[in-house]
Amino acid sequence: MRKLIDAKVNESVKVVKVHGEGPIKRRIMDMGIVKNTVIEIRKYAPLMDPIEISVRGYGLSIRIKDAEMIEIE
Amino acid sequence: MKEIKIALVGNPNSGKTTLFNNLTGSNQYVGNWPGVTVERKEGKYKKNKNILIQDLPGIYSLSPYTLEEIITRQYLLENDVDVIVNIIDGTNIERNLYLTTQLLELNIPVVVAINMMDLVEKNKDKINFEKLSEKLNCPVVNISAINGNNVIDVIDSALKIAVNKKQIYNLYFDGEIEKSLKLIELQIKDTVESSKLRWYATKVFESDKNVLETLKLNFEQKELIESYIKKCEDLLNDDGESIIIGKRYEYIENIIKLAVKKNEKRTTSTSDKIDRVVTNRLLAFPIFIAVMFVVYYISITTVGDYLTGFTNDTLFGTWIIPNVTLMLEGLNIAPWLTGLISDGIIGGVGAVLGFVPQMLVLFLMLSILEDCGYMTRVAFIMDRLFRKFGLSGKSFIPMLIGSGCSIPGIMASRTIEQDRDRKMTIMTTSFIPCGAKMPIIALIGGALFSDAWWMAPVAYFIGVLAVIISGIILKKMKVFAGKPAPFIMELPAYHIPLAKNILKSTWERGFSFIKRAGTVILLSAVVLWFLQSFGIVEGSLVMVEDNNTSLLAIVGKMIAPIFAPLGFGTWQASVGTITGLIAKENVVGTFGVLYGFAEVSEAGNEFWNLLATDFTQLSAFSFMIFNLLCAPCFAAMGAIKREMSNGKWTWFAIGYMTVFAYSSSLVFYQLGMLITTGVFSIMTLIALIILAGFIYLLLRKNKYENI
Repeated sequence: MRKLIDAKVNESVKVVKVHGEGPIKRRIMDMGIVKNTVIEIRKYAPLMDPIEISVRGYGLSIRIKDAEMIEIE
Repeated sequence: MKEIKIALVGNPNSGKTTLFNNLTGSNQYVGNWPGVTVERKEGKYKKNKNILIQDLPGIYSLSPYTLEEIITRQYLLENDVDVIVNIIDGTNIERNLYLTTQLLELNIPVVVAINMMDLVEKNKDKINFEKLSEKLNCPVVNISAINGNNVIDVIDSALKIAVNKKQIYNLYFDGEIEKSLKLIELQIKDTVESSKLRWYATKVFESDKNVLETLKLNFEQKELIESYIKKCEDLLNDDGESIIIGKRYEYIENIIKLAVKKNEKRTTSTSDKIDRVVTNRLLAFPIFIAVMFVVYYISITTVGDYLTGFTNDTLFGTWIIPNVTLMLEGLNIAPWLTGLISDGIIGGVGAVLGFVPQMLVLFLMLSILEDCGYMTRVAFIMDRLFRKFGLSGKSFIPMLIGSGCSIPGIMASRTIEQDRDRKMTIMTTSFIPCGAKMPIIALIGGALFSDAWWMAPVAYFIGVLAVIISGIILKKMKVFAGKPAPFIMELPAYHIPLAKNILKSTWERGFSFIKRAGTVILLSAVVLWFLQSFGIVEGSLVMVEDNNTSLLAIVGKMIAPIFAPLGFGTWQASVGTITGLIAKENVVGTFGVLYGFAEVSEAGNEFWNLLATDFTQLSAFSFMIFNLLCAPCFAAMGAIKREMSNGKWTWFAIGYMTVFAYSSSLVFYQLGMLITTGVFSIMTLIALIILAGFIYLLLRKNKYENI
C-alpha cells in the first residue's frame, strides 16, 4: 500500500482510500480528500512536520501522522 | 411586515464576518451560544429592522465532531429559519460547495452568495452563474463583501424566496445509495419532521451518532437500517460515511465542469511566492524572529513607550490628578474623600489605563499579521515544536497576544478547535509575562540587580520554560487523556488586510483590557485605599498616617508566614502579592505606598534602596518568580472562567498555576540558599522532594498516549 507521505514533493497523486475512523478521517474527507481526488505535497514545514498539500486548488496543512491515513495509487 | 430570520452560513475565511458587518452595520449583538464559548453574533439588517441576521460559526461541514458544526446544525434544525444565506469563497468554489450540498438537504430556502468576485476576476476565472443556479436549484448571487458590491442583492433574493417557500430537493445520489436512503426514510419517517426527512436519512446512512441518539429507534428498526447500509457498503466496497462524502464531491465536480472555467495558464500566485520565502526551511525562523522583534520594538520601545509615558506623566500626572485635587480642595470636601477620589480611584485606575496605548499598538500589529494570513503560517512552522509539549501550533497565537495582556490572549484560544489543546493553552498563556508584569521585573532588577539588562529576557525565559514544563506535565495527566484531535488547517492565500476589520479586532481586544479598569480595578482600588488608610488605634477604627498600623498591615502579617519558605515572608511583600491579584502593576505601587511614598514612578526608583535592605538577591528573584507565575489578575481569572465555561476547570487552572508558582519559587529559593550558605534545613529537604516530584512528572511514561 502506498501512502501519501511516500509521494515526492510536487508529485500529483490520486487518492485510493482514506483509512481509519472518527473525527480525523471525517475532517480529511470533509476537506475534499476522497477517493479519486488528485492531490500533491507542496512542501514540508521547516521542522519536517506538518506538510502542506494542495487539494482542489487550495492549501491544506496536515500532520504526517494523519497523512498516513491517506492511501494513494 | 412579519419578522424574517436569515442565517449566514459558510466556510471559515469565506468573508462571512465582512458580509455580516456590511449588512448589519452597528446593529449587532455579540454573545456566546448557551453553555459554550463559541461566539454568537446576531444583527438587524441596516435597511429593514424586521430582518434578523444570525451569523453562524465558520464551518466546513455539518459533521457531528466539532462544537461549531454541532451548534450550526442544531440552530438550523431547531429554529424556524426562513432563509439560509450560504457565503462561498469564489476562489475556492469546489470545497465551499461541499457545505452547500449539505445545507440544501435541510429543506430551508438557500441563497448562494459567491464572494471575492474581485479576486476571481483578477485570476481570470469564469463562473457561469445561471448554470450554477440551475444545477444547485437555488438563487446564486455574486458579491464582493470587501467592496460592498451587490450585498443588497443577497437580501433581495433571500426575501424573494422566503415569501414563496418552495420545496428544493436535490438528488446527489443514485442507484444503490438512493435506494438505501429511501428505505431508511421509510423507517424513520414517523420520528422526524417530514421536511427534514432527507437530511436525517443521509445522517443515519453516515452512522452519525448524534442523530441516531435523537431518533430513538427501536431494535427492529435499527437492525433493518443496519442491514440496508451493510448491503450498500458491501456493494460499493466502502463505509457509509465515505460513500456519502465521495458522492457529494463527485456531484460538485460535475457542476464545476459545467459552470466554472478556471484559467489554466495561471502563473504562480503572489501568495505562493511569499510562502516560498516565509515558510522556507532555512529562512522561516529567522523571518519569524525578525517580524516579532519589529512588532515588540515598535509597540514597547518606541511608539508604545511614548504614548504610555504621555498617558501616565502628562495626561494623568500633570493634567488630571493635580487639577481634580485642586478642585476638590476648593469645594471644601473632607480630606478623606479627596484622598479616596484622587489617590484611590483616579490614581489606581489611571495606573492601569496607562498601559492601554502600548497594548493597542501591540494588538494593532498582531491583528495585521493575523488578518493577512501570516499567523496561520506561524502555526504551520511552530506546530512540531509545540506538539512536543502537548500544545498545537495554534497555541502560539494566544501566547503572543498574552505578552500584551493575558485577557485577550486567553480569549484568542477560541480559534483552537481541539478541546484538550484549548484548555491547556488557556492554562499556560498567563505564564508569559504580560505588559503589567514588566514593572515588577523592572523593580526587582533595579533594586537588587543594579538594573541588569538581562532581567527582562530572563523573565520571558522563565515564562516560556513554565509553559514547556506545564505542557509536558499536563499532557500526561488523565484529564487530558484521549484521542488527539486533528490539526488539519487551511492555509488561506495571503491578502492585504482590511483596515476596518483590523481596527475592529484591535479595539475589541483593547477594550477587554480597558473594561476591567472600570470594574474590578475601580472597586479594588477603593478597598485597597480603605485598608491602607484606616487602622485600629486604641480599639477604634480611625484614619492612620503610619502604614504599619493600617488594616492592610494586619492582613499582610497574617499571611506572611505562608511566603516565608519562599524567602519573602515580610508583610509588605505579602500585601504586594495580594494586590497583584487585582492587577499585576499594582505590586510596585503597593510597595511604594507601604514604604511611605505616595507617588512612585513605574519601576519604583524612589524606594530601590529601601527594598534592597528588606530583600536579598535570592529572595527578590524568588518573589519575582512567584509573581510572574502565580494566579493571574482577577480580570484574567474571569477570562479563564469564561473560556473554560466550567467552574471546576477554572479552579483547576488557577490552582495549578498557584501551586506551580509556589513550588518553583520554593525550589529556587531553598536550593539557592543551600548553594550560597551551605545550610541544610528541613525546608531544603522539602524543596528537594518537590524537585524530584517535578522530574518524575516530566519524565514519567505517558500512560494515556494511545487510548
